[in-house]
Amino acid sequence: MNVIYILWLRQLKRSARARARIIASFGQPLLFLLAFGFGFGSMFQRAGQGNYIQFLAPGVIIMSVLFTSIFSGIEVIWDRQFGFLKETLVAPVPRLLIMIGRTLGGATVSLLQGIVVFGICLAVGFRTSSLSLLPLALAFMILTALLFTGVGTALGCLLPDFQGFQLVMNFLVMPIFFLSGALFPLTNVPRALSIIASLDPLSYSVDGLRYALIGATHFGVPLDLAVLAVVTAAVLTLGGYVFSKIQI
Amino acid sequence: MIRAQGLVKKFGDFTAVDNIAFDVAKGEIFAFLGPNGAGKTTTIKMLTTLLTPSSGSIELDGLDPVTHQTAARRQFGIVFQDPSVDDELTAYENMDFHGVLYSVPRKLRQERIERLLKMFELWDRRQDPVKQFSGGMRRRLEIARSLLHTPKIIFLDEPTLGLDPQTRNQLWTHVKKLNQEEQVTVFLTTHYMEEAERIAHRIAIIDHGKIIAQGTPEELKTQTATDSLEQAFLALTGNTIREEEASGLDQMRSMSRAFGRRKQR
Repeated sequence: MNVIYILWLRQLKRSARARARIIASFGQPLLFLLAFGFGFGSMFQRAGQGNYIQFLAPGVIIMSVLFTSIFSGIEVIWDRQFGFLKETLVAPVPRLLIMIGRTLGGATVSLLQGIVVFGICLAVGFRTSSLSLLPLALAFMILTALLFTGVGTALGCLLPDFQGFQLVMNFLVMPIFFLSGALFPLTNVPRALSIIASLDPLSYSVDGLRYALIGATHFGVPLDLAVLAVVTAAVLTLGGYVFSKIQI
Repeated sequence: MIRAQGLVKKFGDFTAVDNIAFDVAKGEIFAFLGPNGAGKTTTIKMLTTLLTPSSGSIELDGLDPVTHQTAARRQFGIVFQDPSVDDELTAYENMDFHGVLYSVPRKLRQERIERLLKMFELWDRRQDPVKQFSGGMRRRLEIARSLLHTPKIIFLDEPTLGLDPQTRNQLWTHVKKLNQEEQVTVFLTTHYMEEAERIAHRIAIIDHGKIIAQGTPEELKTQTATDSLEQAFLALTGNTIREEEASGLDQMRSMSRAFGRRKQR
């Protein structure tokens, strides 16, 4: 228990001290809100879809959780290259606990990030439809944070160095985000895109959060929760396995 | 205290460590010397559970690190060849983290951290993040950290690499003192022959994965009819310069500067 706690605490401390990264991580969602939200706003309205900021905000919150989570997870590469990982790997504790501590820490950081971005959304005019569903919103953010921290950790274990990071961003993280329905409604998209979106776990995060915040859903909350729970469990198991197999 | 028999490590077709055997007694300072790429670090990694041997057996205080991983890990502390402290944490936090990982009870942990940081002259800087530390200070912190859980064995993998003579000197003085006062068994590697000659009770020389000579510094000098360990070493391993394959580490370091995430020492 102490081991999980100290690893969790380490992830938090590291994030809190990386000031440049904190500032940078708020810039991106803000940019999306301003450029997309206000840029496409009138078009969205004229297409009869209502207020775009209302639609977009849950997607942007999930986006910031996604990016922060992947990055927290993939930090394993830094730790391996700069040696700190070895310190934890020779310690007399099961690697699973180390993986759990790291993942919880990374997920906590991205959850906090998501909450702050939620605040930013409120500041630019986003309004939630019901406060009673906020715990559900939190649940979706937590699941998303755990899921993608797990993905990041697994990738961090598998990639030999940071060279592959750009590849992961361009061919995994970006598609996961852009094809998820974070930016557009999935109701009237071409069939191919609709199928891809339904295979993208992030779609269920966005959809669930959108329901919790503005009451609109595409898949339905039970399906959202079920898919996320199953995928998260699978990813964490896989992440735990590859982490236990790291040889330096 | 440390015993290896018929130890082999293969990476694909390449045999990094080729059937080596040695025995380190309790309280002994044992130096493992060899040119770059000879198999020193691979051996240390096997001894410290980071790599699984391809064949052969290891005992650490009677425990097999392959089958009794956790118990074996409690027996040793290690200072790695590359830095392994967390730059973003303070010196104290790095120590505390280690103490928790090795389940040293809180009160004892605080006492020992204070004692060790004072001993290695880092107590005044305990609240500073390690990224502000010089190479020598980091090394001292790593050695202090490796002793926090009072291990019976410490592994020092080129601990003095890149340090100035003052720091090196001080570091070995500490190691010697620990060895004498607390009977800690020391297993070290270094490229500085005069250091090995000065501090080690016994030396093994490894080249191309094989141990080619073993004995006290005197014995090695007699065996090769030379008058310094450096000459003995060259007589045994030849004068050819070994090419070591670069890891991704150098590229990583330049990347890290570009990202501005960490400062290099």
